[in-house]
Amino acid sequence: MALISEEVAQQLKQEFEGLKDPVRLAVFSQTIADPGSEQVKRLVEELAALDDRLTLESFNFVTDSERVQALGIQRTPAIAVLRPDKDYGVRLYGMPNGYEFGSLIDAILMVSRGESGLSEETRTALAAIETPVHVQVFSTPT
Amino acid sequence: MESDKISADSVEVTGYGDLVRKYRISGVPKTVVGDVTEFVGAGPEAMLLQHVQKAAASSSLIA
Repeated sequence: MALISEEVAQQLKQEFEGLKDPVRLAVFSQTIADPGSEQVKRLVEELAALDDRLTLESFNFVTDSERVQALGIQRTPAIAVLRPDKDYGVRLYGMPNGYEFGSLIDAILMVSRGESGLSEETRTALAAIETPVHVQVFSTPT
Repeated sequence: MESDKISADSVEVTGYGDLVRKYRISGVPKTVVGDVTEFVGAGPEAMLLQHVQKAAASSSLIA
């Protein structure tokens, strides 16, 4: 049974018409310590099937350690939303339920367009940042 | 996206008890910036920027 209903799939297809450049969705899961992470892989697979510009790349957190390190993946399940030419450092962890699901779709659209939607003022201020800053937004399904 | 120095994670915390404890998450959404500053609830863009600048400034003090 599909994880994404037909109705939601149609809505998403419409939203994905706004995609510009291709997006790679790198999903990290592990079957033994985290069987739930396999569900995320299935979900992203269904998402990627909705538009030709979306590609799923599936990795095992335990055995694909080179990719885990290269992309800085800290836990499973993880989704890295990437352009073929650029990694903005956007990651989603945990099952994309509720609020997170919207965040995932937004992330895909933004990365595809290469536009953050932030104000000119903010963008200028951010360009001046010289040290690494890691932002984490924690949420729950409800 | 606007800075190569900034990375961002969106974390659904169900199942990550260690994170709930580490960051004392009781209300969501909770945004933690650079392990230095944090806020709960939605916030305007300018406010998030301030947190990012604060985190950047404090890590350059340590370094």
